[in-house]
Amino acid sequence: MELKDIINPNNLVYEKPKLLTENTMHYCPGCSHGVVHRILAEVIEDMDIQDKTIGVSPVGCAVFAYNYIEIDWQEAAHGRAPAVATGIARTNPDKVVFTYQGDGDLASIGTAEILHACNRGENMVVIFVNNGIYGMTGGQMAPTTLIGQVTATTPNGRDVGRNGYPLKITELIAQLPGTSYVTRQSVHTPATIRKCKKAIAKAFQAAIDKKGTSFVEVVSTCNMNWKMTPVKANEWMVENMFPFYVPGDLKDGSKTDPESYTPLKN
Amino acid sequence: MGELRLMKGNEVIAEAAIRCGCDGYFGYPITPQSEVMETLMDREPWNETGMVVLQAESEIASIHMIYGAAASGKKVITSSSSPGISLMAEGISYIAGAELPCVIVNVQRGGPGLGTIQPSQADYFQSTKGGGHGDYRLIVLAPSSVQEMNDFVELGFQLAFKYRNPAMILTDGVIGQMMEKVVLADYIPRLTDEEINEKYGSWATNGRKANRQRNIITSLEMDSGRMEKNNIRLQEKYTKMEEEEVLFEEFRCEDAEYLLVAFGSSSRICQKAVDLAREKGIKVGLLRPITLFPFPKKPIAALAKQVKGMLVVEMNAGQMVEDVQLAAGCAIPVKHFGRMGGIIPSPGEVVEALEQKLIGG
Repeated sequence: MELKDIINPNNLVYEKPKLLTENTMHYCPGCSHGVVHRILAEVIEDMDIQDKTIGVSPVGCAVFAYNYIEIDWQEAAHGRAPAVATGIARTNPDKVVFTYQGDGDLASIGTAEILHACNRGENMVVIFVNNGIYGMTGGQMAPTTLIGQVTATTPNGRDVGRNGYPLKITELIAQLPGTSYVTRQSVHTPATIRKCKKAIAKAFQAAIDKKGTSFVEVVSTCNMNWKMTPVKANEWMVENMFPFYVPGDLKDGSKTDPESYTPLKN
Repeated sequence: MGELRLMKGNEVIAEAAIRCGCDGYFGYPITPQSEVMETLMDREPWNETGMVVLQAESEIASIHMIYGAAASGKKVITSSSSPGISLMAEGISYIAGAELPCVIVNVQRGGPGLGTIQPSQADYFQSTKGGGHGDYRLIVLAPSSVQEMNDFVELGFQLAFKYRNPAMILTDGVIGQMMEKVVLADYIPRLTDEEINEKYGSWATNGRKANRQRNIITSLEMDSGRMEKNNIRLQEKYTKMEEEEVLFEEFRCEDAEYLLVAFGSSSRICQKAVDLAREKGIKVGLLRPITLFPFPKKPIAALAKQVKGMLVVEMNAGQMVEDVQLAAGCAIPVKHFGRMGGIIPSPGEVVEALEQKLIGG
């Protein structure tokens, strides 16, 4: 059997999603963003919603997300993606809107915007890629950095007295009555990638069904700034991040039924 | 003729937004402009025209909601007052950089800092020279009556969409809070999705249609050469505004030997001051810039050849006076008279300043 017999359309079992562009990704080798981008492109393609989906990219490594998926995109200011998405979703209720944010963007500078968008129950999807560090600016401490973790601004490890505690923002989000589906996933093995894809598809369906804000955290690696090989970074994530950021669903349902509240009489 | 009403300036902004076919208002309460959102919430335009009204968690969030909605081709407006506009500066810079149309209303109060809730014109520099980071300009309209609060909402949108640039209505607590009669505009229907696709399909991000490429709204460009080209395109746009969009009004300038220059509520005070001075035999006229950017340089330069001196009257420490001095040149004295901290000058004070700073001096 020769190579040309193997490279044959009849043998094709896996291909690039049509919605992924030909642009070469700028992400570091081993980075989780590329996998999450691919999952997003697959989900949007599978659901056939590319003509009504608007993505909002963050400030951070994923600022250029708009270069890679063939849909309309807006690039937001640092942390403001949930407000931008609110503006789109409120004035375009028939469209599907998602934000794609990192942990510095979502859990630090954009804390007010994410909490209030989720609390209002905006019908949108939030993809939250948490690698516990600022990637684009060169590996500084994030709100999600673990205690003792070495970063460019915690050269001797994160110290609670000086830097405060790691923020479990997804646990906070899950408490809010405006959220529908809140889950924590990862993409470090084929099985978790398949599981993450299911979660993202479910999140999009929840937004389309107007169930409120759906929120998917993807615990990720930043092998470059963690200063590890991609394989070692995956191991480090399982060993150190999963015990603190425990994978699994935190909330599965719909925003709180407004009828369950008794409004004050005027 | 449209409907005649007696209304507050702030209420009229809300009414004009509904009537001109706005798709959305996003704002945050701050004195002295809270009646804008209160009026909108009371009017419930979502039942009437489908207009969205949302009270955001902050001015920062409001302006970024405006960014998102404007970037999808929608006609959206926000309002605030000085400290709130400072918070919006980030978003305004992004909106200018991404070339999005919207209207921002600043009902100014005195600063700096938390300042006062009384009227002021101390945000002239912030509004006309940029305000946020980077080389950008807003189209700045300065109403001097409740009627103009009404008229400048739709005018602001027309200019904003024509240039894909944010337009600001720079007003203050006097005009926002005072009641005057106003002829309301007739209703303009909101654009349908089809109309938005037809008019703004080349850039609006409202879902990639089969017949077009995907649209991307961003102000980011990592390549310096391309970023400079983006900047040059913006500057060319601002130059075109300066050539084509200048608005101003002259009052009793024909035989004037002295000129008052004032915008917004100060110009109303100066109209009275002109009459008072003329009763005393001083031949004074008033030039009122209506667009603060683009600034009426040419009419000021022309009057500089006619009058013996100019007095720029502002409720600030002297901001527009710098632009008047640049336009007038060095042949005649250009002085400033202003009150600060929420104090509104009286017409008598203006005449006194004119006599002391220009005639007596």
